[in-house]
Amino acid sequence: MITTKNNRPVEVLEGVVIRFVGDSGDGMQLTGTQFSDTSAMFGNDIATFPNYPAEIRAPQGSLYGVSGFQVHIGSVEVSTPGDDLDLLVAMNPAGLKTNLHAVKPGHTIIVDTDSFSKKNLEKAKYETNPLEDGSLDNYSVIKVPMTSLTKEALKDVAGLDNKSITRSKNMFALGMVYWMYHREKDYTIDFFNKKFKNKPLIIEANTKVLNAGYFFAETLELIPNSYTISPAKMEKGTYRIIMGNAATAWGLLAAAEKSGLELFLGSYPITPATDILHELVKHKHFGVKAFQAEDEIAGISSAIGASFAGDLAVTTTSGPGLALKGEALGLAMMIELPLVVVNVQRGGPSTGLPTKTEQSDLLQAMYGRNGESPVVVIAASTPANCFNYAFEAAKLALEHMTPVILLTDGYIANGSAPWRVLSVKDMPEIKTNKVTEYSENWHPYDRHEDTLARDWAVPGTPGFEHRVGGLEKDSITGNVSYVPENHEKMTHLRAEKIKRVQNYIPNLKTEFATEGDLLVVGWGGTYGSLHSAVKQFNEDGNKNVGFAHFNYINPLPKNTEEVLRKFKKIIVCELNSGQFVNVLKMNFKNLDIYQHNKVQGLPFANSELIDQFKQLLK
Amino acid sequence: METTAEKKYTFKDFQSDQEVRWCPGCDDYVILRSMQKALPEMGVKKEDVVFISGIGCSSRFPYYMNTYGMHSIHGRAPGIATGTKLANPDLSVWVMTGDGDSMAIGGNHFIHVLRRNIDLNIVMFNNEIYGLTKGQFSPTSLVGQKTKSSPYGNTQPPFLPGELALGAKARFFARIGGNNPKDMTQILIEAHKFKGTSLVEVLQNCVIFNDGCYTKYTDKVVKEDKQIYLEHGKPMIFGKNKDKGLVLNGLKLEVVTIGENGITEKDILVHDAKEKDPTMHQMLVRLEYPLATGVIRSFNDVTLEERENALTEQVKANSKFTKTDDLFFSGETYEVK
Repeated sequence: MITTKNNRPVEVLEGVVIRFVGDSGDGMQLTGTQFSDTSAMFGNDIATFPNYPAEIRAPQGSLYGVSGFQVHIGSVEVSTPGDDLDLLVAMNPAGLKTNLHAVKPGHTIIVDTDSFSKKNLEKAKYETNPLEDGSLDNYSVIKVPMTSLTKEALKDVAGLDNKSITRSKNMFALGMVYWMYHREKDYTIDFFNKKFKNKPLIIEANTKVLNAGYFFAETLELIPNSYTISPAKMEKGTYRIIMGNAATAWGLLAAAEKSGLELFLGSYPITPATDILHELVKHKHFGVKAFQAEDEIAGISSAIGASFAGDLAVTTTSGPGLALKGEALGLAMMIELPLVVVNVQRGGPSTGLPTKTEQSDLLQAMYGRNGESPVVVIAASTPANCFNYAFEAAKLALEHMTPVILLTDGYIANGSAPWRVLSVKDMPEIKTNKVTEYSENWHPYDRHEDTLARDWAVPGTPGFEHRVGGLEKDSITGNVSYVPENHEKMTHLRAEKIKRVQNYIPNLKTEFATEGDLLVVGWGGTYGSLHSAVKQFNEDGNKNVGFAHFNYINPLPKNTEEVLRKFKKIIVCELNSGQFVNVLKMNFKNLDIYQHNKVQGLPFANSELIDQFKQLLK
Repeated sequence: METTAEKKYTFKDFQSDQEVRWCPGCDDYVILRSMQKALPEMGVKKEDVVFISGIGCSSRFPYYMNTYGMHSIHGRAPGIATGTKLANPDLSVWVMTGDGDSMAIGGNHFIHVLRRNIDLNIVMFNNEIYGLTKGQFSPTSLVGQKTKSSPYGNTQPPFLPGELALGAKARFFARIGGNNPKDMTQILIEAHKFKGTSLVEVLQNCVIFNDGCYTKYTDKVVKEDKQIYLEHGKPMIFGKNKDKGLVLNGLKLEVVTIGENGITEKDILVHDAKEKDPTMHQMLVRLEYPLATGVIRSFNDVTLEERENALTEQVKANSKFTKTDDLFFSGETYEVK
């Protein structure tokens, strides 16, 4: 324990999980982002998770209108936004009510007492005031009249309207939390100066309130301790905080530059994928053509048209949109054109839970088309590696002349984490199948021996004039063919082409143990939760529990069976009712394979995973 | 835009090696031949021509053209063509479609491609029936029409393609009989020249499932009396004896006879295809007697690619980013040492 200059104790922690909650208009996303960015600049590893309602401005004070932002900061590797909270900052009763269950007993809750009015308590369905009825006795509750203190702090700022005053109370909360965790305020003050460049009054107000909160916490006897989290040991380099959707967009930009192609995006707005469109439309300076189409089908159709004409073509969507794109995706598969389809999965079926996360589109991605229509399916597993897998999706599509579906999900797409910035020169080469010099006897469906990819002869190239289409093609001439044997041959060729992608993807790795009693298996966006649970489980004395996480779903890595057979038991953990587990069962017989599933629109919690592992090792 | 071809093509250069499989006597042959004759006149290189189609009899078209082509999926050709054109604006992109493909399953794409005014050409083969699925009513079939799916008569009122297109802000609309290769060739050339989305409706007879649906307008005997072939800047005169004309009576077009009731050629309306206001074009499109053919509307407007290009140039000029590294390493980065 060390002490500050005013003799208040400072405790050094390995990590801390904080959640800011309030009305959807209370600025909780901004508050959380500022805290996490500041911590990252300080050198902590971070992971964040925004959780907000589908409604843009839900009725004030209502339970379903609560917006939250969770951040996990650590001096050791942080792989998830964390489960249980060390600190909850609740700006209103509804926020307290909906989030209290996540706070660790004995830990801290900061509330704005001004918001605990009779009306707000009623809206939050509290019969008695929780700040007075003893129901929070198991927690350390810091009661702060934040709204009135914010007003007090701003009483000398002339010309500020009431709305602007109350809206800055989130900065009071942030100021307090900055003091509690020994964070500098400079980054946030710089942020005000940039963001409100032309509104000096707003800069002044926010800065004053931030400072007021900070100094209030410093002098407040109610806060017994402050804490610090030392910088994490991270690989050397230039870092930035990146959200999964932005990382996906940037991975595509990098792939376009590396392959020497122009990037075309055909897309239609859909939660939680729209931020990829928002990001790519900004980058006209790189020649990006981002086209907002009239619907999901036109989104993928325009991308197919652009691919036909030689662009790196992408369409982005979420589950319901992927369903609409199914027929066109089958066309892209049939005419064997490169195409990246990004599906940011959300809770389904139908409209489902648009702002929540799930992994229930795996089988749709693999099989959701008419006929036998194999495509490559890969999945990103962290906000930062959305960059790598978006790049990889483009590389596989271009080198193998096939559609590639990249699965991410709401959790990693909206989550943010430090990303060690990669330069395009560090990325692998992309060699397209474009042809420019015509030679006699060329056919559009001639295939490369190794990959079985066909040539990419794009309009504008003399000599290669040819027709493609959704009807079955003769395996040699590429003309329409209804010959039974040819159809079977082509069906097999299309399947074999995808299978051969195995030769170009990395082997599956295991972490913690390469053989033993139990192998924990996951895929996609659950990497962080599963990794941290297996790590903790092994640290608790179970040395032979391995962890294998899949980023390549179709085809599976070559060594998959070999890895699986080294363990006595296997448990496949997914945020669906058991889709990948059945893919594995279908491919590999006689494995002692179990499953753990969750379909609540939420990520896994450490404790539930560890309980499952314990059961299996009994 | 596409540059002038160095070599002079003939229609044979645009014939593919595929056997044409439409029914004998189908107007689709006329459209195919007219296109193959029009292309050499357009001054466009063969490798720069792309035909994109959906599904239906009309959509087999690309297979018969020795150019780049895609026979895609039902109704989606406008979306695909939009992507192709945005990816490479130097291409001459053609959407070949039918009444069902463009106005039923592809209705949404059809109206939006017209709204955006991207520089591509659409040829709609309107036979007022579904041919390839063997004779169901289409969105242009008449009320009462007996088809395989309306044995007691069709109860769904039809679209008038031109009316729908102008409502969707089409800048170029032409209509031509499927048995009139000479004018059709000329119209296809006009459609190609037009900067923006051009729509050509061909009144195409289906010899099997809707034979004779246009006979009252297109039959050689009645054609000149029942059709008016509109040309920009010329008076709206028609008839075997060139003695009939159109005048405006209130909010309606009226047929008058030159030389009767003191009417002279000066009283006849002059066709202005380039007028921005589509009111007169709408009236012409709706006219049942005579049926308006030719280029009805050809209003020059800014195209989508012109707007996009201007924005891109502007953004490029004001941006400090030329390579992705400039972006990735910009702004809020920090060093871990």
